[in-house]
Amino acid sequence: MSYYHIEEEENELLAKVEEISGEIVTLCEQCGICTTSCPMADEMDFTPAGIMHAVKIGDKAVLDSKAIWICASCFTCTVRCPRGIDLAKVTEALRQIHLRKNKDHINLEEVKEEELEEDLPPIAIVSALRKFTG
Amino acid sequence: MKLPYYPGCTLKKNAKNFEKAAMAAAKHLGIELVELPRWNCCGAVSSLTSDDVMHHVAAIRNLVRVQQMNDDGILDNEYRLVVLCSMCFNVLKRSNILATSNASMLNTINSFMDTEPDYEGTVEVKHFLEILRDEIGFDTIKSKVINPLKGLKVSAYYGCTLLRPREVGIDDPEAPTIMERLIEALGAEPVDNPYKSLCCGSYHTVGSNKEVVARRTYKIVEGARRNGADVIITSCPLCAFNLDNRQALTEKLYPGFKRMPILYFTQLMALAFGYESEAGFDGNFVDPIPLLEEKGLIGMKVQK
Repeated sequence: MSYYHIEEEENELLAKVEEISGEIVTLCEQCGICTTSCPMADEMDFTPAGIMHAVKIGDKAVLDSKAIWICASCFTCTVRCPRGIDLAKVTEALRQIHLRKNKDHINLEEVKEEELEEDLPPIAIVSALRKFTG
Repeated sequence: MKLPYYPGCTLKKNAKNFEKAAMAAAKHLGIELVELPRWNCCGAVSSLTSDDVMHHVAAIRNLVRVQQMNDDGILDNEYRLVVLCSMCFNVLKRSNILATSNASMLNTINSFMDTEPDYEGTVEVKHFLEILRDEIGFDTIKSKVINPLKGLKVSAYYGCTLLRPREVGIDDPEAPTIMERLIEALGAEPVDNPYKSLCCGSYHTVGSNKEVVARRTYKIVEGARRNGADVIITSCPLCAFNLDNRQALTEKLYPGFKRMPILYFTQLMALAFGYESEAGFDGNFVDPIPLLEEKGLIGMKVQK
């Protein structure tokens, strides 16, 4: 996690995330309830609270993190955030920043060859495509 | 009680037993579930961005079908739409909340669907479990049991989409009890699992990240086993796939891991109501039949 600071009015990342998500990221007080609640935190390079901090200070490294793709929108943090922030919408906004530039996160051809015959349910395929492609 | 019913894609492919068992159980309780004509995929996950209206169209189009069924006389002033799949339930209910609380968004959706009648915001999206709790009642369910599931220890797995976010959930998101009450009504013994609402990894089951799912599966199944569970029940076909089919991968990651059967809650209902052949136990990945035989719950002649 980096600790440099960008003035709020110059913070492009914050402005973009707040616009796409409709959430006020600066309300975050870094209490960490999201991180301790997150079932995926142990798979992440940025913790949920770390993601919030990065957006708040405009650290664009979060856009290249694994964490924003690992978040599966389970809404545990959303239910528990004492500041009422819907963190699932924040990670969705970070994914959308990539997807809206047509940068997909899944290689469809790989999936087809390897697994379709193992009877993946349609719900798995549709949700993966909705989350990983633009 | 005649209610409109939305199946969703997976109930027509992987989770046929979920639906078939539900139909038998519903009939036993005097509920007729009438499938929506010309329903379409709901989109599986709800769009979470503030500016994306497009991805709510699929969900709203399904709600229009309920209006049409009433207009066509198939239903008599019945706007409660029953959903079995937790994910579809979540998506349909979320889009409905958005459309009915945001007039300009509803207007945009209605003008986009210019070949359909306008959605008037009249539909209520209900999970089948809510109908069981609020319309039928667990006491009535108990009185309809023919084959009490005595001696079966069942752990309820809720996952995410039945409980969260709060405005969509059908029970307390931190301490749900609705499935435990059902388990009890069916004569089985509910056992707790600290991981009953821990995300199973969802769509990470597609692609190169499925070990993420297998690690969650291990945690969830072991959480139930530590409390003595014989079997886990769920209401989500994606959770079911991850907890059931991914046990093959879990076994590889955790030597010594023992498989546990994963059932849909409706399969348990069908069994308790005496519709063993409708329960579709041959459709589960981890075979539940040896367990149910050992407990003396299947293979008996049951009076209907």
